[in-house]
Amino acid sequence: MSALVRRLGYGGTLCLAVIVSFALLALFAPWLAPYPDQGMGTPNVIAKLKPPSADFWLGTDHLGRDVLSRVIFGARVSMSAGLLIVAFSLLIGLPIGLLAGYFGGWADEALMRVTDVFLAFPALLLAVLLAAALGPGLLNSIVAVAVTWWPWYARMARAEVLVLRGQPYVEAASVMGVSQGRILIRHILPGAARPLLVQAALDVGPALLTASSLSFLGLGVLPPTADWGKMVDEGRKFFPDRWWVSAAPGITIFLLALAFSVLGDALRDREGGKRRDAA
Amino acid sequence: MELVRYTLRRVLLSAFVVVGVTFLVFVVAQVVPSDPAALYAGPRPTAEQIAKARVTLDLDAPLPQRFVRFATAMGTGDFGVSYKSRRLISQDLAVYLPATLELAIFSTLLALLLGIPTGVIAAARRGSWLDRMGSLGSVLSVAMPTFFFAMLLQLVFSQWLGILPLSGRLSQQISISDPLPFVTGFNLIDAVIAGRPAVVLDALAHLILPALTLAAYPAGIAMRLTRAAMIEILARRHIIAARALGLSAPRILFGHALPNAVGPALTVIGLSFAYALTGAVLVEIIFAWPGLGRYVSEAILSKDFPVIAAATLVVTLCYVLMNLVIDLTQIIVDPRVALT
Amino acid sequence: MTLLEVQGLSVTIPSPAGPVQAVRSVDLCIAKGEIHGLIGESGCGKTMTGMALLGLTPAGAQVAAQVFAFDGMNLSTSAINLRGRRIALISQDPAAALNPVLTIGRQMDDVLRTHSPHPKMDRRAGAVALLAATGLPDADKLMTCYPHQLSGGMQQRVVIAQALATGADFLIADEPTTALDVTVGAQVLALLRQLVADRGLTVLMITHDMDVVAAVCDRATVLYAGLSVETGLASAILTRPRHPYAKALLAALPDAAPHGQRLAAIDGQIPPSTKPISGCAFAPRCPAVMTLCHTVPPPARVQGDHLWACHVAEGAP
Repeated sequence: MSALVRRLGYGGTLCLAVIVSFALLALFAPWLAPYPDQGMGTPNVIAKLKPPSADFWLGTDHLGRDVLSRVIFGARVSMSAGLLIVAFSLLIGLPIGLLAGYFGGWADEALMRVTDVFLAFPALLLAVLLAAALGPGLLNSIVAVAVTWWPWYARMARAEVLVLRGQPYVEAASVMGVSQGRILIRHILPGAARPLLVQAALDVGPALLTASSLSFLGLGVLPPTADWGKMVDEGRKFFPDRWWVSAAPGITIFLLALAFSVLGDALRDREGGKRRDAA
Repeated sequence: MELVRYTLRRVLLSAFVVVGVTFLVFVVAQVVPSDPAALYAGPRPTAEQIAKARVTLDLDAPLPQRFVRFATAMGTGDFGVSYKSRRLISQDLAVYLPATLELAIFSTLLALLLGIPTGVIAAARRGSWLDRMGSLGSVLSVAMPTFFFAMLLQLVFSQWLGILPLSGRLSQQISISDPLPFVTGFNLIDAVIAGRPAVVLDALAHLILPALTLAAYPAGIAMRLTRAAMIEILARRHIIAARALGLSAPRILFGHALPNAVGPALTVIGLSFAYALTGAVLVEIIFAWPGLGRYVSEAILSKDFPVIAAATLVVTLCYVLMNLVIDLTQIIVDPRVALT
Repeated sequence: MTLLEVQGLSVTIPSPAGPVQAVRSVDLCIAKGEIHGLIGESGCGKTMTGMALLGLTPAGAQVAAQVFAFDGMNLSTSAINLRGRRIALISQDPAAALNPVLTIGRQMDDVLRTHSPHPKMDRRAGAVALLAATGLPDADKLMTCYPHQLSGGMQQRVVIAQALATGADFLIADEPTTALDVTVGAQVLALLRQLVADRGLTVLMITHDMDVVAAVCDRATVLYAGLSVETGLASAILTRPRHPYAKALLAALPDAAPHGQRLAAIDGQIPPSTKPISGCAFAPRCPAVMTLCHTVPPPARVQGDHLWACHVAEGAP
């Protein structure tokens, strides 16, 4: 426990606790939500648009469903969307960047041009276009965002590789006859992956925000699945009189994104500090 | 000479990117979907409409040919027809693009005005209360979802305080009873041209909330970047030398240190503009701002795919152009950039 | 007439590892019109001594001294006013000392504006004259150039011109030639000597290079581990050093060793600046060390205007 606090600081540990809580909420939603069936979408029209009360801690939405349960179930969608987007982007971007940076030459040039094109789009737009083309659904929107994000990781990986490639121990390994593949995996990959993983942790927050923006627009999960972005959109008509319908999911997005952001910062400060000391 | 070469290379790169962007949009629009014709035919298309779309898209022709058709159409401004408005998309774009650009430019200016001085002061008064508040604000602005922030601003300034209008670009009275003649599409400029100061104020009042929403995140980044850059610069030898020469503190801070930080500031402009262009999609819905963003979001709902494709392409090209301008400006400000 | 008088100067800098004694006890006595060398290896505190004179020590540093006077004024309180008016700095890396994004003209003008508010045309003419005085050719054209367009030697001359522009009569030159080629460095030193003669300047020449001391210094002080250990005429120190450290330093010069023989390096290391020193700082490494040296601080010895601190009496090897 104290090792954790040393690693992340008090703020960072708090954020980790918040994130873990949300993860648990997401995992055990059916058991933790007060009205699981409403959380999953069953309407309850008699209790339409009721303010927060003892029965419904966060009030009910326009179909009478318990907002708290919907928020808890929404955690499943948002957490998985944020994590998957980052994971996919990393899975695509890291190898491409590694190969381009290590082997250089025309492959590298080609990669740079391709990433230039992808990065020329203001982020959300390409994702919107792609999600619209792929059709509705959570996986489609996750893929759409991942396709717009991988170039960042590819570029980062490439930059790291370029630095590591010139390190004496890499040169030494290749002089000793170690195969290219082995050098890449055993010597370069660990060094390159590390800052990328830190960046990935920092990125889960923005990924989450992007995914919820997409579902706010109508691209993303299909109704009646609970999703925070979609819930904010649904509640817009009743804002600000029945503020809880939009406010609850909105604030939740904000809190979780904040937690990831501060955690990522804490990780990066420690990481940056360590690297500086080692240099 | 170096500068000329760098400029040339940069322009060529932009040209290449333009082609690449067009190609990517083409791929997403016509190659990715399982049935592009159905997408283009509009919501709930009839078989006849789909067949017509197939012809328009020339789906049986080889890929390169289709791309050339696509590119030339876009190049000549023929973006097709919107299924919702039944109008030429290019006509809609001509009206909506300036509205969004006005928002983007204004929010970028706000972001710089808020972020840069805050960053300078935070660096000069490092560790102080002011610095900590600034950092906190920056962290919060990064995590706040744009659409939610917009709603909050509406709540506070329109509903509770009642000092700023809720939505739209101009008050109802003006747009209905005495409409502003359309010259550039930028209300602020048009109002000045028409010599109507009351309208200028009205347009400004309507601009503030949406621009502020879009400026929050970039301002946070601007503050962070400026602060970090200034901290590094203030430790440099030439600043110590300047202090040793007896120059006054404000002169050193703003005359010697800040000019070195212009690079990061320009980066922020690029970032801010991009963020505004994409964020506009969300913000325009909430503020009922008749711009490209709202155009696109409605197209999403009505599955008006040609609109989405056209808007994406146009906005992206604007963005590429703007980045080129920023990069070339960087050379003027810091000549060393071109030499690396 | 004594321009700078310093006795017992100390600079303590707080750090996560504990307080760092960058300067322990330094005595300096510089007369007007003198070029005084401050000699020592890296880490002996010579740069920090210069910074203390300017009032530019790092934030949180404690500067204390028994006597700390410049032209009769107390430096502890007046440093900030004297800085850039009577005392100017010429630092080691001229490229780093000049602002890369401002033109030479602008940087000269900034200094002139602060110190002599004349109309713009006069200032420009003044700047050109100063640049020319440092031997820069085409001074007029240089005004619109950026620092990176100039060679190292030219950049250093610009820095000197800036120092002259302040109207200062005391220049602290912190290793001004270390970053330059030997020939260029020699030119800069010659320039400094000429300026001292023409304008009646006084220079504190901080250096680790004995050649520099031999070339321009009138008097010199040797620093070791933040302490001044020997001071006297430059020629005297170079030819007949008294303090064991000064002797070892001169013996360690590559030229000092006969051809084919091993270089005489000084064994051991400088004492860490975070721990206090008991006795003589050089004791652990001194070839003439006695048991007394480890516990009792060495007394000051005088011979004419030559001072040094050592337990061993003069005449010993």
